[in-house]
Amino acid sequence: MGLLSDPNRRRALINLLTRLNAPICVVCYMAGVAWFMGLAFEPFTLRTYMSENAMGSTMVEERFPSGERAVATGREFAAHKKKVSGMPVEWLVKTMQARGLEVYTQRFSRTLPFPDENKERYMVKGTNVYGILRAPRAPRTEALVLSAPCTPGDNNNQAVGLLLGLAQYFRNQIYWAKDIIFLVNDHDLIGMQAWLEGYHHTNTTGMDWSPLQGRGGSIQAALSLELSSDVVTSMDLVLEGLNGQLPNLDLANLFYAFCQKIGVLCTIQGKLQRNDWDSVSGYSHAVQTMMLMVMKQASGRPWGDHGLFLRYHIEAATIKGINSFRQYKTDATTIGRLLEGMYRKLNNLLERLHQSYFFYLMPSLSHFVSIGYYMPAFGLLAVILLLRALDLWVQLATPPPTTEDGIADIEQVRHAHSSSPGVLSVLTPLVISHLTGAALYMLPIRFQEMAVEHFPVSETEAVVLTAIAVYTAGLALPHNTHRLLSGEGTEQGWRVLKLVALLYLAVLLGCTALINFSLGFILALTLVPAAAFVTPHVPKVLSAFVLVILSPACTLLFSVFFFQELQEMPVSFLDGWLLYLSVISQGILDHFLYGSLVYPLIALLVYPCWLLFWNILFWK
Amino acid sequence: MSGLPGFLIDDRLHFPSCPSQGGQRFLVEMAAPLTLLLVLAVTIRAALFRSSLAELIAERVEVVSPITAWKRVVEGLALLDLGVSPYSGDVFHETPLIIYLFHFVVDYAEITFMLDIKTTLTFTDLSLMLFQFRKQKFALEADRYPLDCLELIRSPKEMYYIPLKVAMFYLLNPFTILSCVAKSTCGLNNAVVALFIFSTIKGNTLLSAIFLCLATYQSIYPLTLCAPAMLYLMQRQYIPVNFRRASFWWFIAQYLFMYLGSLFVLICLSFFLLGSWDYMPSVYGFILSVPDLTPNIGLFWYFFAEMFEHFRLFFLCVFQINVFFYTIPLSVKLKEHPVFLIFMQLAVISIFKSYPTVGDIALYMAFLPVWSHLYRFLRNTFLVSCVLLACSTLFPVLWHLWIYAGSANSNFYYAITLLFNVAQILLVSDYFYAFLRREHHLTYGLYLKRKDGSEATLVLK
Repeated sequence: MGLLSDPNRRRALINLLTRLNAPICVVCYMAGVAWFMGLAFEPFTLRTYMSENAMGSTMVEERFPSGERAVATGREFAAHKKKVSGMPVEWLVKTMQARGLEVYTQRFSRTLPFPDENKERYMVKGTNVYGILRAPRAPRTEALVLSAPCTPGDNNNQAVGLLLGLAQYFRNQIYWAKDIIFLVNDHDLIGMQAWLEGYHHTNTTGMDWSPLQGRGGSIQAALSLELSSDVVTSMDLVLEGLNGQLPNLDLANLFYAFCQKIGVLCTIQGKLQRNDWDSVSGYSHAVQTMMLMVMKQASGRPWGDHGLFLRYHIEAATIKGINSFRQYKTDATTIGRLLEGMYRKLNNLLERLHQSYFFYLMPSLSHFVSIGYYMPAFGLLAVILLLRALDLWVQLATPPPTTEDGIADIEQVRHAHSSSPGVLSVLTPLVISHLTGAALYMLPIRFQEMAVEHFPVSETEAVVLTAIAVYTAGLALPHNTHRLLSGEGTEQGWRVLKLVALLYLAVLLGCTALINFSLGFILALTLVPAAAFVTPHVPKVLSAFVLVILSPACTLLFSVFFFQELQEMPVSFLDGWLLYLSVISQGILDHFLYGSLVYPLIALLVYPCWLLFWNILFWK
Repeated sequence: MSGLPGFLIDDRLHFPSCPSQGGQRFLVEMAAPLTLLLVLAVTIRAALFRSSLAELIAERVEVVSPITAWKRVVEGLALLDLGVSPYSGDVFHETPLIIYLFHFVVDYAEITFMLDIKTTLTFTDLSLMLFQFRKQKFALEADRYPLDCLELIRSPKEMYYIPLKVAMFYLLNPFTILSCVAKSTCGLNNAVVALFIFSTIKGNTLLSAIFLCLATYQSIYPLTLCAPAMLYLMQRQYIPVNFRRASFWWFIAQYLFMYLGSLFVLICLSFFLLGSWDYMPSVYGFILSVPDLTPNIGLFWYFFAEMFEHFRLFFLCVFQINVFFYTIPLSVKLKEHPVFLIFMQLAVISIFKSYPTVGDIALYMAFLPVWSHLYRFLRNTFLVSCVLLACSTLFPVLWHLWIYAGSANSNFYYAITLLFNVAQILLVSDYFYAFLRREHHLTYGLYLKRKDGSEATLVLK
C-alpha cells in the first residue's frame, strides 16, 4: 500500500512512467510479440497429460472387426445417395433399424439471409436421421453422440459407412452405460444446428425444424467423423468451435493416447508432430501449427460439425481422415477400433469432462500452452493502452500554476475544465462512430435487394460490397461532425477523447481476449500501435495511411493472406482479394446462421473504436 | 477578509436564512436542464422496458438479488392471491409492506419503478439544502480559517450546479438504469433512504426517525445511519455532543423513542397484515444468515460456499459485524461532519451487505458530486475508475464463460467480484482521506512548512 499512500514514491513512479512512456510502450510491444512467438518453443510448453481419472489408462480392448463391411456399407450409401441425389432418408432409416437402433428423423428448413456462393445454397431443406442405442446398464440419463455429415458429391460416404458399422458392433456389446446417438446430419452445420436446437428445445437463430420424437439423456461428449477414402494415412483432430470455443483438453488427450496405442498417425492442423524442436525448421513447424490454430480460432467459425456442440456445454471434436501420398496406410478397421476405444473411455465418464484445460493453444498434439502462459503476451500489449492512458491522464490533471490571488485563478481554470463542452466533444464522436458501426451491421443485409436492382451484382456481392462501402464511407464521416456542435476542437478535447478511446479499447480487447484469445490478440497486434501513436500533431497523410493499414478490415485482409501462407497454399493478390470477399460474406452468414459473434463485434464495437482514433487524427 | 465576495457576508447577516428561498431560485433557473434530464432519463428507461433487453437484465445476478428480484415479488403476489402465506416456499423474501404495496399497484409496476425519478428529485433538493447549509456554515467559520485556504472553499458558483450534477449522476448512472429496468425493489429502498436523508437535513426529527425506521425495516443495515442522523440533528439544534450533558441524552432518548416506536408499529402492522410471524425468519433471517449463495457482486457467496459447515456461524457473525462495526470509529472521527458520515455509511453498507446489487452502489455514487471540492485531494481516481469500468464489463463476460460456455469457473467470477469491491473500498477510503486532509488544511493552511522552512508533504501511514 506504500505506493497508494506515499505521495513521494507515487510521484517518482508516475514521473518515471510518463517520462519513459514511449520507450516502455515499444519495449512492451516487442516483449508481447516475443513472448507470443516463444510459446511455440517446446521447452516453454507443457506436455499433455490425461487429467480425468475415469479415462486414466487406455486399458480397453478394442475388437471392432468389420472395417471391410463398413466400407461396403459406405458404397451402398453412396449409391443410394446418388439415386435420390440427396440424403437417402428411407434407406438410412431402414439400415439403422436393421442394426437394432431406435430411429427418428427430423426435418428442417432455413432460408439464408443471402445466397451462400461457397456452398451454393440459399433455401435449404433437409432431413436429419439419427438412431439411439439405449444403454443396457444404466438409467439412460446421459448420452454420447457420433455424427457424420451427409455431404453432396462423393465425400464422406466412408464416414457414414463406418458409423453404421460401429452402430451394429456397439449394439452387440453390453457395457454401455450411456445412450449412444448415431446421427447423420444433412447440410452439415445447418442440419447440426437444427438437430441441436431440437434436442435442447431452444431456438436461437429462427430456423424451422420439426421437434425431435426421440431423445437420449444429456449429451456428455460428441465426435464428428469425416472420412472420404477407404484407407487413410493419418487422422486429423479439429478442435476450434463456434466463437473460438475449444473442447476440454482431455478430449484431445484421449484422441492422442489412442492414436499412440493403436499406431495411427495423428495430426493437428494437418501437421505431423516433429521431434527436432531444437532446430530452426522444427521450431518454425511448431510456430506454423500454433499460428494455424490461432488464425482458425480467431475466425470464430466452427471448423467442423462439432463446433456447435460446444455452445451447449458438450465437449466435442471432429476427427478427419486424411489420405496423402505417404506409404503407411490405415484401414477402416483400425479407425473403427480407434473410435471404439474412445467411446468406451467416454462411456466410463462419471461427470462431464472438466478436469483439464479449456483455454489452450497447441503447437503440437503432445504439447500445449495454457492460459497462464499465453495471457501475459496479451497483457503486455494491453498494458501499453493503460500506460498511454495514464500519460494522458497526468497531462490532463497537471495542476495549473497557482498564483497568489487564489479564487479568481482557480475559477478560470475550472471554467476551462468545465465539463459541458468537454462532455459534448467526447460524446458526439462516440455516438456518431457507433451509429456508423450500427449501419455497418444493419445495412448490408437490408440493402441487398436494392443493390441487386440497381447494380449488376449478385446478392452475395451486393452484401459484401455494401459492407465495404459503409466501412469506407465511415472514414469520411466522423472527423467533420464535432465541429457542428462545439465549434473548434480544443487541445483538451482530443486528449479527453483519446483517453476515453484508449480505455474503451483496453476493456474491449480484454473482454475479447477472455472469450477468444486469438481474436483479441490479433486485434491487439494491429490496433494497439495505432491507438498508441495517434495524435492530431503527427504528419497527417502518412499517419492516415498507417492507420488505415492497421484498421480491422486490413487486419482481416492480411490474415487471409497469412492463413493461405501458413497452409502452404499461397495465392496471388487477385485470388486473395476474391477470397477476402468470400471470407466477409462467410463471416456475415456465420453470424446469422449459427450466431457467431465476430461480425457484430467488429461492426458494432471494434470498428467504432478505431473510428475514434481516426477522428483524433483529424482533430481540428 | 476583504477578498470575501459580498454575498457571503450577506448570508451571514441573514443567518439562519430560510433554505427554501434558495431552493425556489434554483428551481426557477434550473428547471429547463432538470426537465430535460428527467425526460431523457424517462425515455431511456421506457425504451429499455419495451425492448427485449429488459428480460435479460432482470435475470442478471449483478442487478437483482434474491431479495429484490421482481420475479420473486410476482411469485409472492401469486401466493398471496391464492391465500397462501407468501413466505411459504422460500422464494419471496421482501417485507410484508412491500408485497401489500404491490398488491395494489402491480398494474402500474413500471411506473412504480420510475420511482428513481422521485429519488433523484429528493436527492437534488437534498444537495440543494446541503449547499445552502454549507454556505452558512462557511460564512460563520470563515474568520477562523487561514487566508491561503480560500481556494479550498467552494465558491457558490461551483456549488450552484451540484444539485443538477447529483441528479445526473443518479439518473444517468448505468447502474441505476439497470436496476430500474430490472424492476428491482432496490429502487424503493433507495427512495426510502433518500427521503430519510432529506428529512434529516431538513431538520425534521420525527420524519427522519420514521423514514430511517422504514429503511431499517426493509433491509436492517440502514440501522447504522442512526448515528449520523442523530449527530446531524443535534448539530442543527445546537446540542453539544457531550456525554455529561443531560440535553444530549435527552435528545438521544427522544430520537430512539421515535425510531423504535415506529419500528414497533411497522412490525406489528406487518404481523396483523399477514397474521403470522412467518416473515421474520424469511426476511431478516434470510438477510442475516445468508442461506442463498447465488453469486452476486458481494463478498459472501463464494466464501460461504467454500467454507466448512461448522465454521459457518462464526464467520457469519464476523462478516455481519463487519458491516455494523465501522459506525463507531467513523462516528467518532466524523462527528462534526454527519453528512459525510452518511455517505461513508451508505458506501460501507453497499460494499459489505449480504446481498448487494448495483442499485446500492448507485445510491452512494449519487453523492460523489456533492464532494466535488475534494477532487484535488483524491489520489486514485484514475486507478479506481479504470478498475470499476473494467470490472463492470467483465462481470457479464466471465458469467458467460462460467455458466454458458462452461470453460471458466467460479474462481474467475469471484476474482472480479473481489477486484470490484477492492476498487470500491479504495474509492471510499480515498474520499475519506481527502476529506480529512481538507479539514487538516483548513486548520493549518494549505501550504505546509516544516520547521526549517522547507515545504512539507502530508503522508498517510
